[in-house]
Amino acid sequence: MKTKTEEFTPEVKTQRPNEVLLRSLWAYGVIGILFGIVFVKAEIVSWFRIQEMFRLDNFHMYGVIGSAVMTGMISVFLIKRYNVNALTGEKIVIPAKVFQPGQIYGGLLFGFGWALTGACPGPLFAQIGAGYSVVIVTLLSALAGTWTYGALRRYLP
Amino acid sequence: MFHAGLFSTKTMEWLSQPWPWYVAGPLIGLTVPALLLLGNKTFGISSSLRHICAACLPAGLPFFQYNWKKESWNLVFVAGVFVGGVIAGLFLNNPDPIVIASSTKEALRAMNVHDFQGLIPEDVFSWSALTSARGFILMVVGGFLVGFGTRWAGGCTSGHAIMGLSNLQWPSLIATICFMIGGFAMTWFGLPYILNL
Repeated sequence: MKTKTEEFTPEVKTQRPNEVLLRSLWAYGVIGILFGIVFVKAEIVSWFRIQEMFRLDNFHMYGVIGSAVMTGMISVFLIKRYNVNALTGEKIVIPAKVFQPGQIYGGLLFGFGWALTGACPGPLFAQIGAGYSVVIVTLLSALAGTWTYGALRRYLP
Repeated sequence: MFHAGLFSTKTMEWLSQPWPWYVAGPLIGLTVPALLLLGNKTFGISSSLRHICAACLPAGLPFFQYNWKKESWNLVFVAGVFVGGVIAGLFLNNPDPIVIASSTKEALRAMNVHDFQGLIPEDVFSWSALTSARGFILMVVGGFLVGFGTRWAGGCTSGHAIMGLSNLQWPSLIATICFMIGGFAMTWFGLPYILNL
């Protein structure tokens, strides 16, 4: 990871980037832990909650996703409005999503998988952690799916 | 004093109850600015599956030829999600059976799902159910579709639905709509058949 101070302090050049990287890596882990706890405690990792969502029997998941998007939207708006920099000193740049047909085809396929497994990729990790060891099989299968996409990519629209 | 208060039985009781959506949703949404502010990282979880492929079995495929180590924050993040699951499962476990909408429960019963104790019905998702037709389709085929579909779509619920929509990206809106269409279609037309296998 590059920081601006590197250029001006050559003597710490070799240590500083690693130190920053290591420290921030820990922070990502901590955010992940909090995220995982919320996932399990709000039952977002529950197959039943996903079933309720797709059967339109409960507002819970719509409330979770809707309020998450609202919170994210307001945060991104404020970050852009006030030109906030990241703690590393980097300017915050969010790459634009480019439309490609895969968002439709792949999106539908993921939707099928979401209803079957009751999990998107994040909850898979949390389910395994929460003690549902058989989900390791689902995760391995998801890895196989990702790998197969990588192999077939040039034949797909 | 504070310490004792923090872990009082009442607090623990509250923490071990299922958390409502208006607590969980905003907390999940805050992951977006947290990752941006920490190191200009855009939220997305399914990429971790690609990084694991790139790290373990790139097999000369161009799609997996990149410096995945630069994205190691993403792997640390999902490792954290796993640990979070462990903590929630061990220390904040809800002792009561899950409360599900009665209409969903009835519909699932009619489709031969009878375990309503935990977060997941163990008569469908378990090591012994893996060899049954429906268990195989739900766990193995379903998992494959999650991995293949998210990568083809270029993101999942976190990358498209939460991060993409937060940044007002219309391709993410299309992807999110397709996730939902796929989910509804499978729930209403696929599962009644598959669960009764």
